[in-house]
Amino acid sequence: MQVPILKQGQYLIASVQAALRDADLINLRDSLTEKVGTYRSRGVIVDVTALDVLDSFACRTLSDIATMIRLRGARTVIVGIQPEVAFSMVQLGLKLEGVATALDLEEGLEYMSRRTKRMDHGQHGK
Amino acid sequence: MPASRKRKSGPRSQNGPSGVFTELVDHLRKNRTGLRAAWARRITEAQLLTAMSEDEILTETASIYDNYIDVLETGAVEALEAYARNLSERIIPRGVETHEVIGIVLLLRDVLLRSLLATYQSRVDLLTRMLDAFEPAARRITVTVAAGFVHERERIIHQQQAAIRELSTPVLPVREGLLILPIVGVIDPQRAHQLTGQLLRGIRANRAKVVVIDVTGVPSINSTVANHLVLTVEAARLLGATAIVTGLSPEIAQTLVTISVDLNKMHTVCDLRGGIEEADRLLGYRVIRVDDLSEQDEQGEGN
Repeated sequence: MQVPILKQGQYLIASVQAALRDADLINLRDSLTEKVGTYRSRGVIVDVTALDVLDSFACRTLSDIATMIRLRGARTVIVGIQPEVAFSMVQLGLKLEGVATALDLEEGLEYMSRRTKRMDHGQHGK
Repeated sequence: MPASRKRKSGPRSQNGPSGVFTELVDHLRKNRTGLRAAWARRITEAQLLTAMSEDEILTETASIYDNYIDVLETGAVEALEAYARNLSERIIPRGVETHEVIGIVLLLRDVLLRSLLATYQSRVDLLTRMLDAFEPAARRITVTVAAGFVHERERIIHQQQAAIRELSTPVLPVREGLLILPIVGVIDPQRAHQLTGQLLRGIRANRAKVVVIDVTGVPSINSTVANHLVLTVEAARLLGATAIVTGLSPEIAQTLVTISVDLNKMHTVCDLRGGIEEADRLLGYRVIRVDDLSEQDEQGEGN
């Protein structure tokens, strides 16, 4: 199942609608890294609200996406992880190291605008 | 008097020596008043049911006696079972102990046996058959009453445990974006699990950005719970919230270092006050006394 990628101003929003197969995750990774260059986006928001399970491959791919996007000069934030999903993830030891997370799309957009503002003011945070 | 005095013929009275049983029951029913009084006296003598007044003992013994004979007659323990539960529900809060309840049923058995012995001592053959019939039924009644009492007790304990669990883990929204989770008492793995669930749901419901987990009221933490705490902090981060742990006592700090839990990710502050101040800083709040504020205003106007 293809994940729609929406362009919203300076940001890209990938909204996952249903459970993803491994191939779909690879597709998502490739198209995000490509589009971030095409649209000169400054941030990518991946919305996983609809998912009720995140396995090790999904976590690794999400963390890969974040790294690749950073190499392409933008930022990634994962939004909408459900409480139960979060808890089972940490219990399985899947921690999404080094990836920014936010409660939902709204918080994710706010996080992005705060980041961008800081970058515009020349304070290159971590 | 129990309402249901049905003379249904149970399996016992059909297959067993029914004549003997009828005679037994008749004897007990005929001597009801005397035997009941004797029983109540024995209870007082043995200092059982001290939590209840004499009148109450008389009333309860009357009901138990009638139920007892009903069970002997019909072999059906359901009514007695229900009565035992009901009685337990009433007397457990008054501090009646298990040994007292079993004690009074055994006393009743003793009283009835003595009465049978006294009446039929000249007819040993009949007496033997009566005792053969009486003994298993009496044992079954004792077990039923004891089980009913213990069952009721356990039910109350479970109910109270659930109530304590519900009450002891509040998630408190303090300001917009800030939650406090004060933990008081011993954390067992089950409670830790429940705490995490409540915290994560609280984060989503209140759209919290910072959570202060205060463990001042926790006497000790073992490695399982410490690891669980680390997982909770991680899980909160996945929902986009920062967790600050406050109130780690020197003893707990020592334990945590000794059991080498990975604490690098845990943001800790000495006390709850410090935790809230840190949370305010992260959220961009600043708390100013009203006095100071009006002074600033006056200065501003003066200029």
